[in-house]
Amino acid sequence: MTAPLLEAKGLVRRYVMRRGVFGRTVPVEAVAGVSLDLRVGETLGLVGESGCGKSTAGRLVLGLETPDEGSVRFDGAPMPEPGTDAWRKLRARMQLVFQDPLGALDRRITIGEQIAEPLVIHATPGDHAARVAELLTSVGLREEQASRYPHELSGGQRQRAVLARALATEPALIVADEPISALDVSIQAQVMNLLADIQARRGTALLFISHDLRVVRQVSHRVAVMYLGKIVEEGDPDGVLQEPAHPYAQALVSAIPAPGRQGKRIVLQGDPPSPADRPTGCAFHPRCAVAVAMCREVSPALKPRASDGRLVACHLVHGDAVSLKVAA
Amino acid sequence: MVLPAATTRPRRPLAIPALVLFGIAWLVLMLLVAFSADLISPFPYTALDLRNRLAAPIGFGGPWLHPLGTDELGRDVLSRLIVSIRLSLLIAFGATLIGAFVGTSLGFLAAHFRGWVEHLVLALVDFSASLPFLILALSVLAFFGNSLTLFIVLLGFHAWERYARIARGLAISAGAQGYAAAVRQLGASPWRIYGRHVLPNIASTLIVSMTLAFPEIILLESGLSFLGLGVQPPATSLGNMVGYGREYLTRAPWILLAPAFIIVLTTFSVSLIGDWLRDRLDPTLR
Repeated sequence: MTAPLLEAKGLVRRYVMRRGVFGRTVPVEAVAGVSLDLRVGETLGLVGESGCGKSTAGRLVLGLETPDEGSVRFDGAPMPEPGTDAWRKLRARMQLVFQDPLGALDRRITIGEQIAEPLVIHATPGDHAARVAELLTSVGLREEQASRYPHELSGGQRQRAVLARALATEPALIVADEPISALDVSIQAQVMNLLADIQARRGTALLFISHDLRVVRQVSHRVAVMYLGKIVEEGDPDGVLQEPAHPYAQALVSAIPAPGRQGKRIVLQGDPPSPADRPTGCAFHPRCAVAVAMCREVSPALKPRASDGRLVACHLVHGDAVSLKVAA
Repeated sequence: MVLPAATTRPRRPLAIPALVLFGIAWLVLMLLVAFSADLISPFPYTALDLRNRLAAPIGFGGPWLHPLGTDELGRDVLSRLIVSIRLSLLIAFGATLIGAFVGTSLGFLAAHFRGWVEHLVLALVDFSASLPFLILALSVLAFFGNSLTLFIVLLGFHAWERYARIARGLAISAGAQGYAAAVRQLGASPWRIYGRHVLPNIASTLIVSMTLAFPEIILLESGLSFLGLGVQPPATSLGNMVGYGREYLTRAPWILLAPAFIIVLTTFSVSLIGDWLRDRLDPTLR
């Protein structure tokens, strides 16, 4: 196996939140110790509910934000400080695809110029106009749409334009932050196929952030489930999304609507806890149907399960705790 | 980037509203007058005609020699008006541009560096907003004397904090989410982000702010000249003329009305053009 293209270790990102006008400031751990790695040509799906730190994790691995703890290595070298020349040069090799394509495009500049912009910034040699035409065709837009302004395109076309811009420098890594959640279903499929297509042709590594479990299962080589700033389960998509081991992943998977599926849906009790007052021990224990006394005390580590080596962070799965099951 | 001509679509032809056309025509006329002041003024602006003091304009019983009448020293009002237009336009345009440039630059600096740079800029903004400008102007002119350059620069600092606030706020919001963040993650330099993306996007707001500041600066110049701190006689400006003409308001109103008329029409034209430009610069409104 080759060395990973992207290697993130123990990423922690804290924000400061103020409670009330004169209240104390409270540190909020949006990402609380996330490690992930990504190989060339691989897709890692990152799933989890809103506010669990998926997007922040994506921004951290891209180096758009500096982690408070932990480190990111890209292609064997540590991530340079944001804003430095080395950091700017690295942007040609890693790209972010945004959730909101209208917000990510400059509405005063034509699509063609915006797609050419990374080529201009990184002083790519060659005919930029021809390259723009090629990129437009490759994402399924017409060449003459280069002279359009963003507001003159439909939502799906804008997302393709954003994708074309991200692909302009042939990056080795693309972080797609909910790239399809703003699109309708037929366009979703097109954009997903497009991403898969590009990956197959160029060996791009893809970090795919989404809450759509079916799409994640379809495109990913590996899936990581996040809960409250931590990865609670990681493994191959069929395993994780068919027979999840972690109680949270089980609840998440049972929420996928499927016709004729047997078994009842697990409805979690209570609201997702705020990252500002993280529960002690396992962050999931207040909502967990099978939590034991140990879960309140000790935070479980993400480690391989004995049976098949899938990474899970749960005492019960590893048999660390005596199974004192509370009635579900 | 140059795109092949075949792919560009025909844009709707440029239709300029009549009122804006008038505004443009008026400003062009003013600029022509300003540039050719020495050629077209019938008399030197300091020349005295003591036999025709306080002569009324043509149509009010005045001689044909002085179309807009004369002032208390018999100086030709038309000639003085032409020279005043030149000086006032220079001051107003110069000061507006200086204010916009300084304010926008400081606003961008604050938005880009945040931290102590931002605190410093915001402290300067608050300082500038809370200090009566007249007092600042008085003290600067009292200490450093009066020269035209200093006067223009001083007036330029009249409204800079407005641009700074606008530029900072809009740049921060563009950088937090949206196009500026997107361009930043493409690897663009700060020059490119602010010059190519943020500035054109917030230009409409800045232009409106400039069209508001332009009349204010003309009026401020009038006020300072009236206090004897602005344009010094024998040099003359529109505000200066209004200020000294005030004493003859009842006996010879034309001394005051002629420059006042020019001030009103010029500021009105600038506002019209600014409003129209803002709409033209926005492709989504086209």
